[in-house]
Amino acid sequence: MRRLGLALVTCVFISVLSFVIIRLPPGDFVDAYIANLAASGSTVSVEQGEAMRREYGLDRPLVVQYARWMGRVLQGDFGVSMAWRRPVTEVIGDRLWLTMIVSVSALFLTWMIALPIGIYSAMRQYSFWDYLFTTLGFIGLAIPNFLLALILMYLGFRYLGLNVGGLFSAEYIQAPWSWARVWDLTKHLPLPAAVLALAGTAQLIRIMRANLLDELRKPYVVTARAKGLTERHAVLKYPVRAALNPFASSIAYLFPYLVSGSIVVSLVLGLPTVGPLLLQALVAQDMFLAGAIVLLLGFMTVIGTLISDLLLMWIDPRIRLGGR
Amino acid sequence: MSTATAHPAAEDRYAQATQLQLTWWRFRRHRLALVSMGVIILFYMVAIFADFLAASDPHATDARRSFIPPQGIHFFDEQGFNPHVYGLRGVRDPRTFQLSYTPDPARKLPVRLFIRGYTYNLFGIIETDVHLFGVVGGRPGESIFLLGTDQLGRDLYSRMMVATRVSLFIGLAGVTLSLFLGVLLGGISGLYGGWVDMLIQRLIELLRSVPTIPLWMGLAAALPRTWSVLEVYFAITIIISLIGWTDLARVVRGRFLALREEDFVVAAELSGASQGRIIFRHMLPSFASHIIAATSLALPAMIISETSLSFLGLGLRPPAVSWGILLQDAQNIQVLAGAPWLLSAAVPVILIILAFNFFGDGLRDAADPYG
Repeated sequence: MRRLGLALVTCVFISVLSFVIIRLPPGDFVDAYIANLAASGSTVSVEQGEAMRREYGLDRPLVVQYARWMGRVLQGDFGVSMAWRRPVTEVIGDRLWLTMIVSVSALFLTWMIALPIGIYSAMRQYSFWDYLFTTLGFIGLAIPNFLLALILMYLGFRYLGLNVGGLFSAEYIQAPWSWARVWDLTKHLPLPAAVLALAGTAQLIRIMRANLLDELRKPYVVTARAKGLTERHAVLKYPVRAALNPFASSIAYLFPYLVSGSIVVSLVLGLPTVGPLLLQALVAQDMFLAGAIVLLLGFMTVIGTLISDLLLMWIDPRIRLGGR
Repeated sequence: MSTATAHPAAEDRYAQATQLQLTWWRFRRHRLALVSMGVIILFYMVAIFADFLAASDPHATDARRSFIPPQGIHFFDEQGFNPHVYGLRGVRDPRTFQLSYTPDPARKLPVRLFIRGYTYNLFGIIETDVHLFGVVGGRPGESIFLLGTDQLGRDLYSRMMVATRVSLFIGLAGVTLSLFLGVLLGGISGLYGGWVDMLIQRLIELLRSVPTIPLWMGLAAALPRTWSVLEVYFAITIIISLIGWTDLARVVRGRFLALREEDFVVAAELSGASQGRIIFRHMLPSFASHIIAATSLALPAMIISETSLSFLGLGLRPPAVSWGILLQDAQNIQVLAGAPWLLSAAVPVILIILAFNFFGDGLRDAADPYG
């Protein structure tokens, strides 16, 4: 319940921030709209401008404007994109879902890689592989993911002669959704997901290794070994589960991190997510679009985090049963 | 006991050492952290003497020397030791009209130390035109291009030197601001507890659950276009540190909570020391090293943030030069394929982040009295 409350507060906070972003540039969007029209040849009189301001409520105090904007947003109306001259929802389209798909697959990839390696490193502390993974982890932590994307792009272009960016092959970019298109997406997904997952993986390996090492030194593990349990059993049965707990709670901050990382990586790799759109919108001062994207990304992140919290509760019997 | 009798001097030294000395002795044992400290000092030296190290004016453009590949220095020729680079001859491809450069061994440009070049202000006050090295006797526009040039014909090596200054100091300024916010809010939170603590903790959780890059992008893009380079610089620093303070606040709060119960704090309270004295005289020294460690771990994040923002074109704006701005040139894969040396700005970014991470880790271990 407390989690849900916090999530709601976060959503409100994000919406205020998005609104601030919309309102921050000098002049209001009617000015921008008029300038836009003037650039394409047609003119708008001062009276018409005033009428538009009244229509959109721009002559009211900021709080009222915020409330009206939120009201529209809750009904699914995000306003009109200045640069595209189309409703914001239409412009964003699939991109939001693709952003989420990339981020979530990066999250799963992070777990899939970090968990076994973390366990292995803790079981064979100071072995060759442990050192190798630790070193790799440090390097992974040090390379900003957009740099990694850039380097991979270059290597792919230079040595394989192909463009490794994008999420779809050329023939599927405009195609409607079909199984073939989904399959095409799955083929393109691993690279961006891996690029995104690297830094988080490095971090999680370190956490998992440290947790498990702490756990392995505890008396109950010694007892289990003394009683003749196989090493495999002695480690996997309880210590890993106990060590998994802080590991699972790290999702809460890993997910926002992945979402924000996906924005920059998308730009480099040319992924059709909201990343490039957000940058365009910001550069063109297309603030309704930019605000909507920030808002939606924020909401998505909060929902993702909430789900991961619920998962955590479900995994950990101490929390699951503690309430009863 | 046997060690005490064998080395009474060493034992005394250990017992009398200050907290700082103890930390330093422990820190010295971490080889990697020590090397990292050297790297960090080296980078900041580069930052301070950037203009002195630059070989040619980092802002001078010349369309006739765009995309020159990195030049190697030849140290010996038939006369013995005579460091030089070859002059360049531009050849235009007859079919594609692309200009490419080939070294011309017939023309040698001698490389010498402490030559005169463009004028700059050392430390912002001493006007001078002495540079560490450069070529003598070249035609106008000819110089040494250790890392090649960019599209506008600017020397990448010299730009990298100047970029180091901007990127490192923006990180430092950002971290100082976050440190201030973090210590203030974390301190209040840990010291007073209760609903203030609750409020600040929720705020931290809130900030951590928001995806940061879209927010930064939004805020950075909202900066007026008319602002000067310096104003944008400060605004970016503030934006970056507004998010970055949460980790530091957590560390400070944790330390405060732990120390509040310690015997020496209780003793000081009972002897009637004022709250200010307890905080600054008794508590602060015992967790100062933790704060330094947390700060050095926060710095790389700052540097990455600035680099990403500038890379996207929303951070610092030209003519300011930072690592992110240098990397922006490498964004286009077509350009990059023709001029891979543009990626070299990635090297200092990765190096300094690694160095700060190792340094911070070593420091954290050294600062922990139970480690």
